[in-house]
Amino acid sequence: MPIDWIMGLIGGLLIGGAAALFLLVNGRIMGASGLLGGLVDGSGRSDAGERLAMIAGLIVVPGVIALAMGGAQTHLTSNMWLIVVAGVLVGIGTRLANGCTSGHGVCGISRLSLRGIIATLIYIGAGAVTIAALRSIVGGL
Amino acid sequence: MRKLVSFLVGGIFGTGLLLSGMTDTAKVQGFLDFFGDWDVTLAFVMGGAILPMALAWRWTIGRRPVLGGQFPVQSGTQLDTKLVTGSVLFGMGWALVGLCPGPAMASLFWGGLGGIVFVAAMIAGMLVAPAIAKRLDAGPAAR
Repeated sequence: MPIDWIMGLIGGLLIGGAAALFLLVNGRIMGASGLLGGLVDGSGRSDAGERLAMIAGLIVVPGVIALAMGGAQTHLTSNMWLIVVAGVLVGIGTRLANGCTSGHGVCGISRLSLRGIIATLIYIGAGAVTIAALRSIVGGL
Repeated sequence: MRKLVSFLVGGIFGTGLLLSGMTDTAKVQGFLDFFGDWDVTLAFVMGGAILPMALAWRWTIGRRPVLGGQFPVQSGTQLDTKLVTGSVLFGMGWALVGLCPGPAMASLFWGGLGGIVFVAAMIAGMLVAPAIAKRLDAGPAAR
C-alpha cells in the first residue's frame, strides 16, 4: 500500500522534526515514556512544566485534528483485560529500559546509541514473538 | 518560551503519529506480524523520523541549545539487565494491543474507553517500575 508508506514517511518526518526542535531549542530528548514517567514517579519534578506542556500538545493537537476529520480509527481491541495487561507491561518495561519507540527508537538510533539500537531490536523482536504466539494460540489478532 | 516550544513539539509529534497511521493499532500489530501479512509502514515512519534527528545530532556538535543549558550526554554503552528486561516487557505489551506511550497519549481524546484504560494501566506500571528497578539493580543475590 504505497499511499500508506508515503503518509508514513511524511508523518515520520514530522515526528523527527518535532524531536529535532525539542533537542536543538530546549536541549531535550523527545521520549514519550520518559517525559510522562518522570511526572508519574516524581523524578521529573524540577522541569514538570515543560513535561506537562509537551504532553498537553501531544494529547490536544492530534485530538482536535482527529475530531475535525470526523474521527479516526484506532482498531483497539475491546478486551479490557488484555488492554490492562498490555498497559502495565508497557509502563514497567519503558521505565526499566529508560525509553520506548520515540526515545530509544527515534532519538537513540539517530545518534547511533548502542543502547538505543539494542533496545529497539529487543522490543521489536519480543513484539514479533508475541504476535506469533497470539496467532498460534487464538488463531488471529 | 520553553513551555511554548514543548507544547509545539508535542503537537507536531502527535500530528505525525496520527498522519503516519501509528495511532492505528492494526498497522502497528501488522508491522510486528513478520510471519503473517506484514505491513512495512512503521519502518517508513521510523526512517522518516530518524532522518531529521540524525541531522539535528550533527548540528549539536560544538554548540549549545538555543534556549540555553546543555545537550544531553550519551547514556553510555552499558547493556544492563534493566535495558534488556524492560525492552522485552515493553515489546510484549506493545504487541498485545498495538499501543506504545506516544500514540496512546495522541489518541487519548478520541480513542474510546479502551485507550483511556490503557493509559491508566501504563501509569500504574510506571508507578511500580522504580521498585522493580531497585530489585534488578541489587542483583540476583538480593532476590
